[in-house]
Amino acid sequence: MPARFLAAAAALALIAGPAASAPSPMGFDDARHLLVRTGFGPTEAEVRAYAGLTREQAVTKLLRDTRTTAGTPPPDWTAETTPLRYPRPEDATPEERKAFQRLQVRHGLELRAWWVQEMLATPSPLTERMTLFWHNHFVSSQQKVRFARLMYTQNATLRANALGNFGTLLHAASKEPAMLIYLDVAQSRKGQPNENFAREVMELFTLGEGQYTEQDIKEAARAFTGWSLDRDTGQYLFRPGIHDTGVKTVLGRSGRFDGDAVLDVILAQPQTAEYITAKLWREFVSADPDPREVKRIAQVFRGQDYDVKAALRGLLLSDAFWATDNRGTLVKSPVELVVGTLRQLEVAPGSALPFAVASSGMGQNLFSPPNVKGWPGGETWINSNTLLARKQFLDRLARTDDAPLPMAMMAMAGEPLAAQEKATVASQGVQDEDKLRAQRFAQQMDRGLRNVPFDAAQWVARRPGTTPEAKLQAAQALLLPLAPVTADRPHGDVDAVAFVRATLLDPAYQLK
Amino acid sequence: MNRRAFLRSAGALGLARAAAGPLAAFGTAQVAVAAAPAGARYGKLLVLVELKGGNDGLNTLVPYTDPAYYALRPKIAIARDQVIPLSDRAGLHPALASLLPIWKDGQLAVLQGVGYPEPNLSHFRSIEIWDTASRSEDYLQDGWLTRAFTMQPVPRSFAADGVIVGSSDLGPLAGGGTRAIALADTEQFLRRAKLAQPGAAGGNKALTHILKVESDIVQAASHLEARTAFETEFPAGGFGNAIKTACQIIANPSGVAAVRVTLSGFDTHANQPGTQARLLAEVANGLQALRSALNELGKWNDTTVLTYAEFGRRPKENQNNGTDHGTANVHFALGGRVAGGLYGASPDLTRLSGDGNPAYALDFRGVYATVLDRWWGVSSRDVLGGRFAPVSFLA
Repeated sequence: MPARFLAAAAALALIAGPAASAPSPMGFDDARHLLVRTGFGPTEAEVRAYAGLTREQAVTKLLRDTRTTAGTPPPDWTAETTPLRYPRPEDATPEERKAFQRLQVRHGLELRAWWVQEMLATPSPLTERMTLFWHNHFVSSQQKVRFARLMYTQNATLRANALGNFGTLLHAASKEPAMLIYLDVAQSRKGQPNENFAREVMELFTLGEGQYTEQDIKEAARAFTGWSLDRDTGQYLFRPGIHDTGVKTVLGRSGRFDGDAVLDVILAQPQTAEYITAKLWREFVSADPDPREVKRIAQVFRGQDYDVKAALRGLLLSDAFWATDNRGTLVKSPVELVVGTLRQLEVAPGSALPFAVASSGMGQNLFSPPNVKGWPGGETWINSNTLLARKQFLDRLARTDDAPLPMAMMAMAGEPLAAQEKATVASQGVQDEDKLRAQRFAQQMDRGLRNVPFDAAQWVARRPGTTPEAKLQAAQALLLPLAPVTADRPHGDVDAVAFVRATLLDPAYQLK
Repeated sequence: MNRRAFLRSAGALGLARAAAGPLAAFGTAQVAVAAAPAGARYGKLLVLVELKGGNDGLNTLVPYTDPAYYALRPKIAIARDQVIPLSDRAGLHPALASLLPIWKDGQLAVLQGVGYPEPNLSHFRSIEIWDTASRSEDYLQDGWLTRAFTMQPVPRSFAADGVIVGSSDLGPLAGGGTRAIALADTEQFLRRAKLAQPGAAGGNKALTHILKVESDIVQAASHLEARTAFETEFPAGGFGNAIKTACQIIANPSGVAAVRVTLSGFDTHANQPGTQARLLAEVANGLQALRSALNELGKWNDTTVLTYAEFGRRPKENQNNGTDHGTANVHFALGGRVAGGLYGASPDLTRLSGDGNPAYALDFRGVYATVLDRWWGVSSRDVLGGRFAPVSFLA
């Protein structure tokens, strides 16, 4: 027997439930739907690995195979423990300030490339999707936080708890240095409590709009006084001297609450579980959460002590998730489009950085969501500007030249100018050397996108099927969630490259 | 069920946007009109300038003779001798010097105390209220311009109904049923537009949306010209580029009814003086360039520019040399036909609310009504779902 078949049988034996009235294996389409919705873009092999399982077995496997740490080693500087000081106008020269900024930009780029690389390589795309989900929930942005290494530690915390306990995640994420900076938590003291953080915790992280009063916010803000950031260690630090120890009344409960106690009061509200469940519904199931289903699943979520896997299990086994009408009805986010395409086409680029930059051009700059509410997602990913950026990316990928130039690896905006470029600046009187840097960077990213090692003909040839037509059909079934929209597509005796290009540019490819 | 849930479920029941659309909220019937209807003068252009983050109006138009102002802001108040006086009681932040020629030409209206009842202090919620022109307690889906253009369609011959420059967020043009284009840069747009492919309609909501955007792109591209050479020098930087792109779009003979540009960074919770000075200078220099370029096109007399923001900021400064979220604000209206001067009323700083915020004097929907009724000849009452007194900066 082929080894693959034995392995599959063994896997089934491990996870099969009671055999009584065994539901049937899900088949290719269901498996594809599950993996596309919970990952980035499955390969043929990944779909096949699930197609023989029942829906329940598949969800169990998916949730069992998640991880809490990234496999890709992060950049060295992420382990630094130097004090968090950035040069201020009062005590640093303009040169020093510029150097600091460039360093953070460079680190920021390395960090984005690291994360995209992890998304490309991970055996558990769901882990990265959930890390991304929480990144868009417990929002902070490098634009304000500045220190790339704080964005890294926050990312690691999110991943460690992404499919764990939401209560634990809430407590941990609220004290992440990146969060403390982003929401000005560290500037909150007894007598002058900062309402910003309390407001965002309730409005965005837990309860949702309109589920609390302004008074609740004021009281909660008092409880969070004393939360601060020790800039020498780069860690959360509680300062009892500036903490308001008085009695507060939040959401009907009273006590000498500190910040953690308020978080627990909020977690005790059923609304918190419902708010999170509804958000997860919109991420994985559909744009319109079913209120009764959300309530039911939220109850399970809270009942299992906020175990995120319990919520996901409920969502992924709901009728709504599997409904035929629900296929291909969600818009892929830029990261899903970019990473998913590379994964499905089995492309392993030398550098992930151009792809992080491409995603940013489509409206999703990792580590820099636009505001505290995060990326709104859904149909808002698509407007005239972003749709064209997305199509241009796909077009280039499909058209890669047959003679790739050696690719510039990890072109960093912060690198010192080469001697020749310095001469150009001097002789042509280019005012801003940053402008030249930016130009060079853009060129290198551009080249990075054009030099991707993708051979469409080879990829199509590897599709299952015995005839060329069958292979094209298999390619389409893997790539599209719905029948293609565009009428005039190449078919029959056609060039594999043209076919793949037409499929990627089809409007249906934007959906999952 | 709350209003928001009602409006969402109305969508789920399949009430097509074009048929019931945003007007379901106001219970009036929709009449679809194909040709340019009588009365709608979309040849007149509206340019919106969003001061994102909530510009501090009190340091923008400074009450330089008011002791309460200096008492509330010992550190960050603008010194009396720095202010550019517009009247014997109010003057501009010095960084707005580039607006002075426009003021002297009588084409700059300063709107004081612009806000709304039951103000919301959350960025997202408040900008949603401004963009959808809703009441504070209502949640509407469509932008106010979307409603205007749905009720009184912009001529099909226009390149687009409205263009959003430099942002993916459609704001006042959010919602369906109109041709709103978001773009960063015209040349790049035209290059890429070749990839758009409108397909047959039908299918799910997300797919329908994508197909519509494809079709809008194709149409806009077929109208927009790549480049107009201006003699005006546009300021460097993101905002200057956005103004330049806006002017290139406006230069196209096919026309658009509205354009929006955005400048971000106004959420000055800390270190306000330096940040606001820099931003206001960008705004003023950008607007000066805008007027100059539109004059080159002969379009300044057919243009009204309006600033807006989610809210103003609290009169009392905070402990970080900044200000927290506030309410009523100062905004500018300028254009060839704008009647310059001070409108509304400056805030009474001795009578602040429990939150420390002043009362509003002009409802922002009255400002919108001015544009709708007097500029375009579109019924503000229908678009805004109520009567709001226009402000007389436009005749």
